[in-house]
Amino acid sequence: MHDHDHQAVPSDPTLRVKALESLLVEKGLVDPAALDVLVDTFEHKVGPRNGARVVARAWVDPAYKKRLLADAPSAIAELGYTSGQGEHMLVVENGPKVHNLVVCTLCSCYPWPVLGLPPVWYKSAAYRSRAVIDPRGVLREFGTQVDEDVEVHVWDSTAELRYIVLPERPVGTENLNEEELAALVTRDAMVGVSKVPAPGEKA
Amino acid sequence: MNGVHDMGGLQDMGPVQREEEEPVFHAAWEGRIYGISSSLRAMGKWNLDTWRHQIELLPPVDYLRMTYYERWLKINEQLLVKHGLVTPRELATGTPDPGSAKAVPALTAAVAARRLGRRIPSSHDPEVTPNFKAGERVRARNTNPTGHTRLPRYARGKAGTIVRDHGVYTFPDTNAHFQGEKRQHVYSVSFSARELWGEDASPRDSVHLDLWDDYLEHA
Repeated sequence: MHDHDHQAVPSDPTLRVKALESLLVEKGLVDPAALDVLVDTFEHKVGPRNGARVVARAWVDPAYKKRLLADAPSAIAELGYTSGQGEHMLVVENGPKVHNLVVCTLCSCYPWPVLGLPPVWYKSAAYRSRAVIDPRGVLREFGTQVDEDVEVHVWDSTAELRYIVLPERPVGTENLNEEELAALVTRDAMVGVSKVPAPGEKA
Repeated sequence: MNGVHDMGGLQDMGPVQREEEEPVFHAAWEGRIYGISSSLRAMGKWNLDTWRHQIELLPPVDYLRMTYYERWLKINEQLLVKHGLVTPRELATGTPDPGSAKAVPALTAAVAARRLGRRIPSSHDPEVTPNFKAGERVRARNTNPTGHTRLPRYARGKAGTIVRDHGVYTFPDTNAHFQGEKRQHVYSVSFSARELWGEDASPRDSVHLDLWDDYLEHA
């Protein structure tokens, strides 16, 4: 079933990808300008800052939060973060008695339009294997303490739904505006491996 | 397929390694293979389920040894050959065979700029009736398909509760093998940690999986 094909192309991925791209461009299968756009999009335009603005808006605007929890794609699109069509997203809310954690045990599913591409640890065997069987142990490795009486809800992204955690707003942020709040929100908090640190506290 | 990609519940993979100030791509080639992969998929010769299954078909030692984008590189090469878009000789030499037809790229810069993420059809389809409803107790089927599936081993045979009906989605088990979309309802199913992992697990914790109608039976 597995074909172990050996070939003459160099094993260095830099050279192999270069050779592949030039072949595909010559054959008219790939437009290099489209590749430039995609790389630029994820390096400069789409990333966790998008998600942080969504979270900050939900913290300051209860009506927005309600819309976000009921229909995440539409509420996220209100802030201008659209994914073309059809990215199916859900927001799960942390609270004093519930902590949510997102994983994809089978591959690497992740909410691209709001968080960008996933970090290496999210795609790693260690995280994918243990987040479901030992979520509290994984959380401790991220320095996140979740009390015994708090329910940990793990979300394994097995279908086309993509999950974003709405973290708790840290204490001592009553006087911050939306922009300042967004600056506090980390990618890790929106995956659920961390909490949002209070201002001046280390993430 | 019971493969190494189905990792949920393994315990010997070590601690999670984090990287401070991690770049989006660790080398330029990672971004290029990302773009190549998206461009090729836009041609419609294979779908996302086929693509995922091709990764699952990597020999387990390779799967574990390769980095994420090394897998992407390998399986895009394989899919190109499998679907007749590139010959093994072209792949080996890096130049088109004499007389090779010239195509027109499916993904242009203009389209790429508009389109981020995946194109999933609407999940609203009143024609497809659900087999279950929120609140019902269900059991994930004990099944071991040899093809693509999105029902992880750790949930098979376990009982849980439907918490939400997500609507109608393409069935990956058939779609990956070009055997039809077989669109059906997908549910968020909550399994208690103790049901999945036994009495040593926290009595408060749970794992939610998104599961298709065909994966479930009444409990």
